[in-house]
Amino acid sequence: MTTLPASTEKKLGLAIDLDTCVGCHACVVNCKEWNTSNYGVPLSDEDAYGAEPHGSFLNRVHTFEAQPASGCSQTIHFPKSCLHCEDAPCVTVCPTGASYKRSEDGIVLVNENDCMGCGLCAWACPYGARELDALAGVMKKCTLCVDRIYNENIPEEDRVPACVRTCPAGARHFGDFSDPNSNVSKLVAERGGIDLMPEMGTKPVNKYLPPRPKDVPSDEQLNGQNTEPKGFLAWLDKALEAI
Amino acid sequence: MHPAPSVIFFTAFSGLGFGLLAWLGIGLPPVSGVTAFVFYVLAYGMAVGGLLSSVFHLGNKKNAVKAFSQWRSSWLSREGIMAVVTLLTMAPYAFEQVFLDSGALKMLGLLGAVLAMVTVFTTSMIYTQLKTVPRWNTPLTPILFVLFSLAGGGLFAGQVRAAAALLVALGVIQVIAWMQGDAKGATGASTLETATGLGRIGKTRLLEPPHSGQNYLLKEMAYTVGRKHAMKLRAVALICAVVLPVVLILALPAGHVLAVPLIALHIIGLLAARWLFFAEAAHVVRLYYGK
Repeated sequence: MTTLPASTEKKLGLAIDLDTCVGCHACVVNCKEWNTSNYGVPLSDEDAYGAEPHGSFLNRVHTFEAQPASGCSQTIHFPKSCLHCEDAPCVTVCPTGASYKRSEDGIVLVNENDCMGCGLCAWACPYGARELDALAGVMKKCTLCVDRIYNENIPEEDRVPACVRTCPAGARHFGDFSDPNSNVSKLVAERGGIDLMPEMGTKPVNKYLPPRPKDVPSDEQLNGQNTEPKGFLAWLDKALEAI
Repeated sequence: MHPAPSVIFFTAFSGLGFGLLAWLGIGLPPVSGVTAFVFYVLAYGMAVGGLLSSVFHLGNKKNAVKAFSQWRSSWLSREGIMAVVTLLTMAPYAFEQVFLDSGALKMLGLLGAVLAMVTVFTTSMIYTQLKTVPRWNTPLTPILFVLFSLAGGGLFAGQVRAAAALLVALGVIQVIAWMQGDAKGATGASTLETATGLGRIGKTRLLEPPHSGQNYLLKEMAYTVGRKHAMKLRAVALICAVVLPVVLILALPAGHVLAVPLIALHIIGLLAARWLFFAEAAHVVRLYYGK
């Protein structure tokens, strides 16, 4: 059913630290690797070894540059995947019932057996989180690795989304935003986590931790030390002066 | 937005088909026998043909029938249901006019006419509901769709005086919609600063895109070809869809001979306007790509 649940028991999602992300795209690669071989149809590539390769990805890393009023610009690597919005417009527009938001954990999923590939959900999403797979003709999106996080067949430390597991910088954090004491809720409170495009009214679950303010370079100098020569060097100094 | 021919054809011709059905439903023109048969073939042909063409842009056509299931939340689902309900409601009315002509089902015709306009309204709401496309997200969108449907249907139905009045209203609303859309700006209130939250640091620009090649988002939602001819196409749309038909109607006596150029001109203008409706509409996701 494509009506949204009034509330969800948990709000699973990601807190993405824009201060920490180094833009290595490892999360993009591991996301593709895990999700092309697990939930749903593969994430197809076309012309993969040709001149114009393109394909479906569920997670992509943009790089932006922000210019403060004074001082140096800041480079920010910006991973972007589904934000699992509380008020997900992609779900309500779906005519077939393929898109849904789970009432137990808030994950937004596509049931590919019902999807007719009309693309309207991708139009409804402000964030570009959904891509229609060119080969399979069904909509692909981040599943929050629903086939990892509850998977008792893999070691416990692997029961997080693939992007989180692989991030070498620890820029992606997975947790339950409905629990104020969870790791992600604490991070958001501490760092002032923000919503993307709040004007769209989507109430994203995923939060972005903004870059910390940069240090301002100081004009102050160190105190001068050892300005007067001593001992042998003082004698040498004097001797050379005398020549 | 990518102006897919199948969707342009679908919205244009199903609109005309349901418009003609609405006129036939209220008994204008009063038709019977073979004449009625020809009118209904035309109306059903355009409405059903348009609906079928919309199926062509689906990635996974075998699930199309499931689109009737989510009427509680989805305008696309409601549109599909309303189209079928309208076509089924008008069927006995059409049958009665073609074969019996007793005038017994007038009320059913009126109901069918209302349903036809509700169908066009639901079609327009598929686009109007999208906050992500500021140019579509306005009450003018459904008004435009309904006016195009009623005016075009009126030309097909030979109701040229009424159609001329509707065309004038259409022209005015269309110009207002273009101006309003231009004033909003491509992405409305959203900017790269709100999209990334980096506005708190300062002016933001894309330094490196996430991928060097194309993807679905860029092809579908960051379509930019054709914008440079937008003003010319707006003129073509307005002159062909509205101005010339109104001038012809006022200058020449009504008749079947006049109907052909009127309808041909109007359809050219309608297709130009509908192409622009898609090609000029910008999706906010383009911001993430520095567009």
